[in-house]
Amino acid sequence: MTDSTRQTNEATRHTHARGKRGDTPPDTAGHLLEVRNLSVTFPQPGGAVTAVRGVNYHVDKGEFLGIVGESGSGKSVSSLAVMGLLPSSAQVGGDILFEGRSLLGRSDRELSRLRGEGISIIFQDPLSALTPVYTIGTQIAEALQLHDKKLSKLAANGRAVELLKVVGIPNPERRAQAFPHEFSGGMRQRAMIAIAIANNPRLIIADEPTTALDVTIQAQILEVLQKAKDLTGAAVVLITHDLGVVAGNADRIAVMYAGRIVETGTVEEVFRAPSMPYTIGLLRSMPSLATAGHTRLVPLEGRPPQLANLGPGCPFAPRCPVAVDACLITEPPLTPIAGNELNAAACLRVGEIASGALNRAKLYPVPEPVALEERAKVAPASVLGVDGLVRHFPLTRGTVFKHTIGTVRAVDGVSFDLKSGQTLGLVGESGCGKSTTIMEILELARPQAGRITVNGRDVAAMGGKERRGLRRDIQVVFQDPMASLDPRLPIQDIVAEPLTVHGVPAKERLTKVREVLELVGLDPSMASRYPHEFSGGQRQRIGIARALVTDPKILVLDEPVSALDVSIQAGVINLLEDLQEKLGLSYLFVAHDLAVVRQIADTVAVMYLGRIVECGPSEDIFDNPRHPYTLALLSAVPVPDPALERSRRRIILEGELPSPTEDISGCNFRARCPLYQLIDAEGQEKCRTLDPARRQVAGSSVACHHAEHLDLMTDHHAPKTLRSGG
Amino acid sequence: MIGFIVKRFINYAILSAIATLSAYVLASLILNPAGRYLGRNPRPSDETINAILNGLGVNPHTPVVERLWTWLVNLVTHGSLGDTIHNTSVISEMTARAGTSLRLLILGTIIAAIVGVVIGVWGAVRQYKFSDQAISYASFTVLATPSFVLGILLMIVATFVNSTLGIQLINFTGEYTAGLDGGWWVHFWDRAAHLLLPTISLALMGAAGYSRYQRSAMLDVLSADYIRTARSKGRTRGSALVRHGVRVALIPMSTYFAYSFATVLAGAAVTELVFSWHGMGEMLVQAITQSDINAFTGAILFNAILVLIAGTLSDVVYAALDPRVRV
Repeated sequence: MTDSTRQTNEATRHTHARGKRGDTPPDTAGHLLEVRNLSVTFPQPGGAVTAVRGVNYHVDKGEFLGIVGESGSGKSVSSLAVMGLLPSSAQVGGDILFEGRSLLGRSDRELSRLRGEGISIIFQDPLSALTPVYTIGTQIAEALQLHDKKLSKLAANGRAVELLKVVGIPNPERRAQAFPHEFSGGMRQRAMIAIAIANNPRLIIADEPTTALDVTIQAQILEVLQKAKDLTGAAVVLITHDLGVVAGNADRIAVMYAGRIVETGTVEEVFRAPSMPYTIGLLRSMPSLATAGHTRLVPLEGRPPQLANLGPGCPFAPRCPVAVDACLITEPPLTPIAGNELNAAACLRVGEIASGALNRAKLYPVPEPVALEERAKVAPASVLGVDGLVRHFPLTRGTVFKHTIGTVRAVDGVSFDLKSGQTLGLVGESGCGKSTTIMEILELARPQAGRITVNGRDVAAMGGKERRGLRRDIQVVFQDPMASLDPRLPIQDIVAEPLTVHGVPAKERLTKVREVLELVGLDPSMASRYPHEFSGGQRQRIGIARALVTDPKILVLDEPVSALDVSIQAGVINLLEDLQEKLGLSYLFVAHDLAVVRQIADTVAVMYLGRIVECGPSEDIFDNPRHPYTLALLSAVPVPDPALERSRRRIILEGELPSPTEDISGCNFRARCPLYQLIDAEGQEKCRTLDPARRQVAGSSVACHHAEHLDLMTDHHAPKTLRSGG
Repeated sequence: MIGFIVKRFINYAILSAIATLSAYVLASLILNPAGRYLGRNPRPSDETINAILNGLGVNPHTPVVERLWTWLVNLVTHGSLGDTIHNTSVISEMTARAGTSLRLLILGTIIAAIVGVVIGVWGAVRQYKFSDQAISYASFTVLATPSFVLGILLMIVATFVNSTLGIQLINFTGEYTAGLDGGWWVHFWDRAAHLLLPTISLALMGAAGYSRYQRSAMLDVLSADYIRTARSKGRTRGSALVRHGVRVALIPMSTYFAYSFATVLAGAAVTELVFSWHGMGEMLVQAITQSDINAFTGAILFNAILVLIAGTLSDVVYAALDPRVRV
């Protein structure tokens, strides 16, 4: 039996089953896309995995639907099913109707006529989504010519240039000749959008379109997406894990968990009055820029279920704080809340939650802060001082006769001070030099220029032995908990490794390992297991345990939660906060997620092109930023609150991070600075010629000549429309 | 870009020179040209042998460095690679044989490449299905078969075909039928009939190897996101795989093609012997068996030049296929 016939059979079987029950009206009038009882199963040697289990949703013309879910929730698989792009081994059941016609069981050739013309898709990773060997222009023109056979090559190329202009690529004529590797991530995503809108589709599916991008670029891309939607009048299905992204953009949202939609409604309904405990938990566990730092995060305990062998009952029941016995027996269907078909939640206790009998705010127990008597006492002192740190990399050409043709100014005069028992958050876009800075610090060697002092001792003046001893005091936790643990070692060996280096006897090592495993909330009896047996969150706890095993005073945390799912993040952040209280640790916390930084940091340093442009206490930076870059960065972060998100005026930074090889006179943020454009000629002259040094403005130290005039930006800076130049 | 290619070419030229000189030294140290005369009856006097060896420049009593120097000076001043032990010049021997070998090599490699790519891609697209399994087993079988066995098997098949048809359709000894009368067309057919089996033999060996590499290169590409993008634009799976997949999967193959073209010579030596072709491969094998240092070095030089050309070609092709390496 071929795949297509299998699909058809499956489809008809489901249709019949439903026909007998007759619980959904066959009417599709008005719906652009209707997904009915969709299920997707991947047969695997160890048993079939059903990634999507009976999903129903619809999208109307011109509507913006957000589908939210964590990894493995089935959100991407269901959209690939709509496109007919699943691997041929997948068994698709249910029905998908586009403009009233069923898409299941159609041949690849028939579907290919619809793809790109009626429905188009924007994928997550623009790095790999474009064919490396064809120019951007060719790839856009290809999309045009596939659906319009009469279109000449010349006309298609001309239209491709127009499309590039629409999505805001500067010099579109020239850039159309460029290959994907010559584009930055944000530009590639713009090109992807250009391909998607080339044939004026009626529906655009955006599958995590901004996940791989920086916040400032994310804001740009979301704006382009909105513009594309307005231009083509297409409906948009935005798939994301980020509640903040949908809050400001979508009309309706659907929350997915374990292959099903568990809650759906308008953005206001779902954010204001979530009725499914999972949604409530997700919203509570997310650090939001608006609330972070004031309240403790409420973690969602446990992990999403394995889809391979799902038991009966609600898949969320094991993590649900209000689960009753009935939850373990039957899986609740989507039940309308207050009689509204479009606002529904899949929970047996939805009535109690909606009526307020179960208080949403009290559903999840707020974890207790560390008791006062358990807190370590720390004398206020500087534990890590960095002064004028410089790291330049020479750019060389030639294999035999090497000669320097330029310099990458990765770190260009960074200064900060980390106090004992405190957290310094280092934030900035990718490529700004955050990672190079911490690598320089961890090296504990004499820097190219500047000074690094640990506990008041200059590391440049240290001997080898003293330096080795010092490494016990400063440890690091890496970003990717999967890649940073050796898969061939049991975790007790991984955790004990730093002790081995420092020559601690085996017996002592073992007791210490059990002690730290307990400390990070892992069962010491699991010490002999291997990393792959742990979940992402647990693996990051192993990483933290490894760092803590030498009793360090300073912990360098390099994006410790960015690889984790939203519901897991909160638990790890809480753990880090507790450990700091208990052990009196100092954290150097590197992250690009500003909400996470606000949650945990006492002091924040904002980096741009190898410099710190603003540094100060967390509240000052977040509530009252004084540097135009900080202001723009904060305004780019989406907040999971639809009302706030829609009333906010966003400052869109134009262009992208300039190459650190460029020699820029004056202020290096000038080219993208919104304030620069608003300041008078005399002020601009100052920006062009004088490199701003950091100076104290209000609570923080700021590297901007015109920090006092920042209100110009908030007063006059209307939301920018897209500009094709720049 | 041109500058880059020129630079690479000079690199390869230097490598070829080093390879040839090393081959000369190695052959001089290992081969014993005097042995050939010692077994004769009557045994020639030591003086006679020494005179012959001196004449060829291969007398083991002369230090290797000195012989190498003489050989080099000869090459530079007279453009001569010395004489073979049969008193013909190595250059004339090579010119007579090179055409024969190249015809076989080029034809065999091109056919092998095309067939290898096609069945490699086919196997990858139909991974684990019957056709893929069949291709895999077939190519492993060919790879595991020594080339002389393959040659002889082909001959048996050809004999069977000839006897069934009752005419001498396929010829498999030598390059052409000696003393054949007739016009250009008759000669062409005669040569083609002789060429058939050795070419099939070489192409089979090559295609079996290529198809394995092409299959794995294609498998990497199959799951690539850009194939999905191409399909989302409105291409069918097949057309996306050909236009976007094969094009990218060919990039790593270009290097492999170029270098295997040069190394096929080793495999071709056996094929030439089996089918009684007088090509460079045969010359190399005979040079070793007859302890002919000059002929051996000449054959190695020929191989080195093939590597030189193949290497430069692969750089050009790679840059043509992959815009990411263009500078």
